[in-house]
Amino acid sequence: MGPITSAPGFPVWLDLLIAFLIGIGFGFSLEQAGFSSSRKLAGMFYGYDTTVLKVFFTAAIVALIGSQFLSYFGLLNLNLVFVNEYYVTASIVGGVIMGAGFIMGGFCPGTGVSAMSIGKIDALFYVLGGLAGAFLFAETYPLIQPLADNAYRGPVKINDVFGISPGLFTLLLVIAAAGMFWVAELAEKKFARPDITGEI
Amino acid sequence: MKTKYMNPYLAGTLLGLVLLSAMYISGRGLGASGGLKYCVVSVVGAVDKPHAEKSVYYSKYFEEGQKPLFNWLTMIIFGVLAGGFVSGAVSKRLQFKIEKSPGISNTRRLIFAFIGGAFFVYGAQLARGCTSGAALSGMAVLSVAGFVTMITIFGSAYLFAWFFRKNWI
Repeated sequence: MGPITSAPGFPVWLDLLIAFLIGIGFGFSLEQAGFSSSRKLAGMFYGYDTTVLKVFFTAAIVALIGSQFLSYFGLLNLNLVFVNEYYVTASIVGGVIMGAGFIMGGFCPGTGVSAMSIGKIDALFYVLGGLAGAFLFAETYPLIQPLADNAYRGPVKINDVFGISPGLFTLLLVIAAAGMFWVAELAEKKFARPDITGEI
Repeated sequence: MKTKYMNPYLAGTLLGLVLLSAMYISGRGLGASGGLKYCVVSVVGAVDKPHAEKSVYYSKYFEEGQKPLFNWLTMIIFGVLAGGFVSGAVSKRLQFKIEKSPGISNTRRLIFAFIGGAFFVYGAQLARGCTSGAALSGMAVLSVAGFVTMITIFGSAYLFAWFFRKNWI
């Protein structure tokens, strides 16, 4: 029963090798999706290319449905899968800072590293900036720590907030995603920029 | 001409299966900003060990003889580099290039890329994850943090899009 590496005595080197292999799949998928192109990613925010939304929500739904089926058939213990802890202030303030970084830099960290690997110089500068950002955070940590730890809520699950089952929430999310995909396809026609999409 | 990108729904399915594998095999999600942090932590540890041991922030990464470079999240970053390269090679997209709108200079593009990276990773340290570690992986385990981070990242990017439109359209 999964997660496999939670078995007692699982060797560390194998865990790290698995991380490397998962990283390969991650970087490959991002590059194939076209996320090695900052102009394609930025299209999300001007409407001419909505690949980000389509890939992002499809991936979330596949993992969400897949993990629930694995759990249902007794193949995966979801209690042992990491659930992100909710620090209200940090999630909101951090998210807003990330959004600003997204529109200025044209990448997020994963897509930036993936784009750098195929020779995008702008992605190299993005990743260098990212390392500078991590350094800045470490050095300013004493100042920012109160904000970072404020309003801690623990690993709260969204279906519990709404008082519904994980399966029902997933179904509602799939319906919402289908609606968003439909809007995204319309947006790409309305805000079409053949001069940009022809180049990327 | 150049090879086309994969259909977005197919690429999303592939990415979702990679995420599902991470959950099934290792009980964790994907992550990118964390690996960048560990790279910085190990460089600081190598350059100025006393500073690293004194700092409340760095010291926890060196407890009990830990090596920040040999970490799960750092391995993900090395994997992303290798996987992106393989994808670029099979699709014939390996090329040194500064990608930008024709309306702006190379220097402007690179400066904004650097600042954007710094903002993004700073915010990711605060929110304890970026688009992959907090938003995507968080949503896949139904965590409220994942949904909130997803909404704030995209909402904020839309909010600021008007100010930076010259860079892109």
